[in-house]
Amino acid sequence: MNLEIEYKTIESVAGPLVVVKQVRNASYNEIVRINMTNGESRLGQVLETGEGYAVVQVFGPTNGINIDKTSVTFLGDTFRFGVSEQMFGRVFNGQGKPIDVKADVAYEEKFDVNGEPINPVSRTLPSDFIETGVSAIDGLITLVRGQKLPIFSGSGLPHNELAAQVAKQARVKGSSEHFAVVFAGIGITYDDATFFINEFKKTGSLSRTVAFINLADDPSIERILTPRIALTTAEFLAYRKGYHVLVILNDMTNYAEALRELASAREEVPGRRGYPGYMYTDLASIYERAGIIRNGKGSITQLDVVTMPGDDVTHPIPDLTGYITEGQIFLSRDLANRGIYPAINPLGSLSRLMNNGIGAGKTREDHRGVADQLYGAYAKAQDAKNLSSVVGAEALSEADKTYLKFGEDFEKRFIGQGRDENRSVEDTLNIGWDLLSYLKEEDLNRIKKEYIARYYKKQ
Amino acid sequence: MGTIEKIAGPLVVAKQMLGSNMYDVVRVGDAKLIGEVIQLRKDKAIIQVYEDTTGLRPGETVTTTGLPLSVELAPGILGKIYDGVQRPLDSIEKKSGSFIGKGIEVSPLDKKKKWKFTSTAKKGVHISEGSIIGHVQETELIKHYIMVPKGVEGTLERIKEGSFTIEEEIAVVRGKSKSHSLNMIQRRAVRIPQGFKSKFRSAEPLVTGQRVVDTFFPVAKGGTAAVPGPFGSGKTVIQHQLAKYSDADIVVYVGCGERGNEMTEVLVEFPHLLDPKTNKPLIERTVLIANTSNMPVAAREASIYTGITLAEYFRDMGYNIALMADSTSRWAEAMREMSARLEEMPGEEAYPAYLPKRLAEFYERAGKVESRNGKVGSITVIGAVSPAGGDTSEPVSQGTLRVTKVFWALDASLASSRHFPSINWLNSYSLYLGSFHEWYVKNVGEMFPENRQNAMKLLQHEAELKDIVQLVGADALPDTERVVLEVGRMIREDFLRQSAFDQIDAYTSLEKQKLMLDNILYFGKRADEAAKRGVPADKITSMKVRGEISRMKEWIEKDAEASAKKVRAGIDAEFDALVREEAVAAK
Repeated sequence: MNLEIEYKTIESVAGPLVVVKQVRNASYNEIVRINMTNGESRLGQVLETGEGYAVVQVFGPTNGINIDKTSVTFLGDTFRFGVSEQMFGRVFNGQGKPIDVKADVAYEEKFDVNGEPINPVSRTLPSDFIETGVSAIDGLITLVRGQKLPIFSGSGLPHNELAAQVAKQARVKGSSEHFAVVFAGIGITYDDATFFINEFKKTGSLSRTVAFINLADDPSIERILTPRIALTTAEFLAYRKGYHVLVILNDMTNYAEALRELASAREEVPGRRGYPGYMYTDLASIYERAGIIRNGKGSITQLDVVTMPGDDVTHPIPDLTGYITEGQIFLSRDLANRGIYPAINPLGSLSRLMNNGIGAGKTREDHRGVADQLYGAYAKAQDAKNLSSVVGAEALSEADKTYLKFGEDFEKRFIGQGRDENRSVEDTLNIGWDLLSYLKEEDLNRIKKEYIARYYKKQ
Repeated sequence: MGTIEKIAGPLVVAKQMLGSNMYDVVRVGDAKLIGEVIQLRKDKAIIQVYEDTTGLRPGETVTTTGLPLSVELAPGILGKIYDGVQRPLDSIEKKSGSFIGKGIEVSPLDKKKKWKFTSTAKKGVHISEGSIIGHVQETELIKHYIMVPKGVEGTLERIKEGSFTIEEEIAVVRGKSKSHSLNMIQRRAVRIPQGFKSKFRSAEPLVTGQRVVDTFFPVAKGGTAAVPGPFGSGKTVIQHQLAKYSDADIVVYVGCGERGNEMTEVLVEFPHLLDPKTNKPLIERTVLIANTSNMPVAAREASIYTGITLAEYFRDMGYNIALMADSTSRWAEAMREMSARLEEMPGEEAYPAYLPKRLAEFYERAGKVESRNGKVGSITVIGAVSPAGGDTSEPVSQGTLRVTKVFWALDASLASSRHFPSINWLNSYSLYLGSFHEWYVKNVGEMFPENRQNAMKLLQHEAELKDIVQLVGADALPDTERVVLEVGRMIREDFLRQSAFDQIDAYTSLEKQKLMLDNILYFGKRADEAAKRGVPADKITSMKVRGEISRMKEWIEKDAEASAKKVRAGIDAEFDALVREEAVAAK
């Protein structure tokens, strides 16, 4: 049913919401065009529909809307976005309109931006190791193709640099299959947007990148749309064209805040800290669009940036994100302050799919054991550090002193690396063994004996 | 037949609905979406829709089926993966491809497959609801008993034997007023608990092969357990481990609002993994219900009931069922979402005021019962809880802890140092321990309950000592107490910690658990004696045999006893040497 019907019956405008009366049976989630008197038009979506009325959420500012003169055209369809391979190398705004100087992009196909849930039986279990060249990730929080792994960060921490570095270096060992990046800037500053675009240009990866930028001063309601458009594009590239797509959603905190803004405009009962009760479901409808399907060639891997308000991991945004995503990369202010880049704290970090992507034939047979042992030893190093701040380093036992030294060097040599430094996973594991060799052989209780015999270097 | 008046998300208001009942299943709109009536107001029905309502318009029709939300029960359930309203996901895939489309109608069970039916009831006997009239060998492991459905009572007039589809007649019952033709199918409404003759307390643990569970915090067959924990603390891994290795006859796994890839993992793994008890593929005793986080939220609310109703059906056949619900918080959130859309007065954290009651009703459907036909079966319910920010003072955790008897407290700091399963030994509890005493003595070993108690005491003592160490350093402790620290570490690292990803370590029989614990406690006893005789703690805490103890996990099950003896001899030899050395030095 593709009948366009125009109404001039706006009853009220409040925040991003417009109520239109005398509407004949608008469909739920239908897209509308709001025709301003000055010739401009804006898009909106039906949030609630009943006999003779529809509540419309406007993607964009509502200034200039006039109860008398502004008309609303119901387009008879849900929000469908046109996508094509010609989008590579281009930059779009948060609603998917080109903002670089060039002309419009011809689309091959149009898809509903909300997507449809992947049937769990149609998924393939992600198990291809992605080498990011970052030791802390490859060694301890291994990323695999089809995973959704957020970066839990805070304001002022190097999440942008890390995301850009991963986008630049990520590759699957021994594969030359085509790889693409879809970047969605959600409420980011002009500075940050430029940083990413320049970074893509500098490394020559712009030609395999599609960028959507919703700037901090763009309408916040548009942020509801931006990640969905980006993922629709990614799904087309992955499942229709066979690309392995890395999607960077930066920053999901801004998205969640837009969601809260909309919920409060709709006068909904607020949940924790004013965020709507359905935020888990809503976030899941974005994050769960990562994956690999059995009948498609490509894959979608998500690297989502979440800045934790007040560095608080229990804040609803990181909290609900962590319950949906397959792990998290946790950045630490303490490490950043000590000048350690990329400031990844392994103790708060996790990759749930790591086990499927590591081991003999994928990375190396000792990977699991080395990672577990490094985790355990670093946790002990933290205990020793706390103890030494109470009783003084002198009073520590020999064992604790060893762990203290291990901790320091682990941070410097293993976690710390350069912004352009691309380490192979073998290098990463070898650094790990260098550090584990500080410890006694009997204390390496998480590694199989045969691997100790092969890799452990007696001091 | 009514028409839609209003649509807001999964909530639809329809008018001219007089004649429909509360909780009737309805078909909504031209797309025939599945919905359920959750409120009636004069001629209006408030409907929660189990599918995405995008594209629905006011004015479209709504028809009621006149039936409550039900599951279809007959041979063919095992090994299946269903969505929250019992639609097989593989059949959905055949109709709509890799993505789940809307308004898809598929049969929950294969109606064409022929099953070999063996009759056991004799012609002329009196039968009623629940009576067993025969069985079908559904998988190698499970004999599927065919029971008389609700509403049928009378004399068995005719009974057949041979191969039938589930829809073909297998028996005729002459009732008071009319004759009933029976096939293998029965339907049960999911929101109503199935009745039984009697319920009793269970004195037998569900053996899971997980050391921290079996030895320290066991759950009864027919019991309830709650697993609350922040994200990343390993809730799902524990649930998967229990689904794989617990000695239940049938496992119902409800993935409620969780990750798609996790369900895929189960689907990929279970056909290849063998049940340690029977050596048959795990999938043959498993039913999966997957309503992942991106699937419609109302069906998530239903998925828990669908799961427990399937469990009750098999329980009535006399089986022990373990039901994993991961995660009940998502179920509660689905309730909250519907409640908000109904504009109900919100309770704590915007959850509806009836949340605790719904939680209690769900967990009360667990238990060991004698069903109407005299068979004794049980349902063990293990519910994961995902408290916001890991803080268990929130309503779902609190509502759950009030009605469950086992609490496995997952600990974020253990998880971050990769101590898995991250069940905190100081905060967790099992209220079943006392009633298992006899069972343990008979089936594991006379000393086992006492040793468990001693190990627990050691852990408590260790925790107290660690507090002191944090203030003054380990050097300030006497040697006998430093030895306690070492033994505590052993219990934690070498016994409680267990890798789900290591082939051998993933499952430990109770026998091996006993042997491992015995050895650690024996080390503790010798260490204490040695320290009292003046052997310095430094020497004890750097003994070679510690390495052997840390590798007890790697023992092969069938050699466990021999391996245990070897390690014990090693402990003796090294301590004897230390004590001798010390005696020489003292002279």
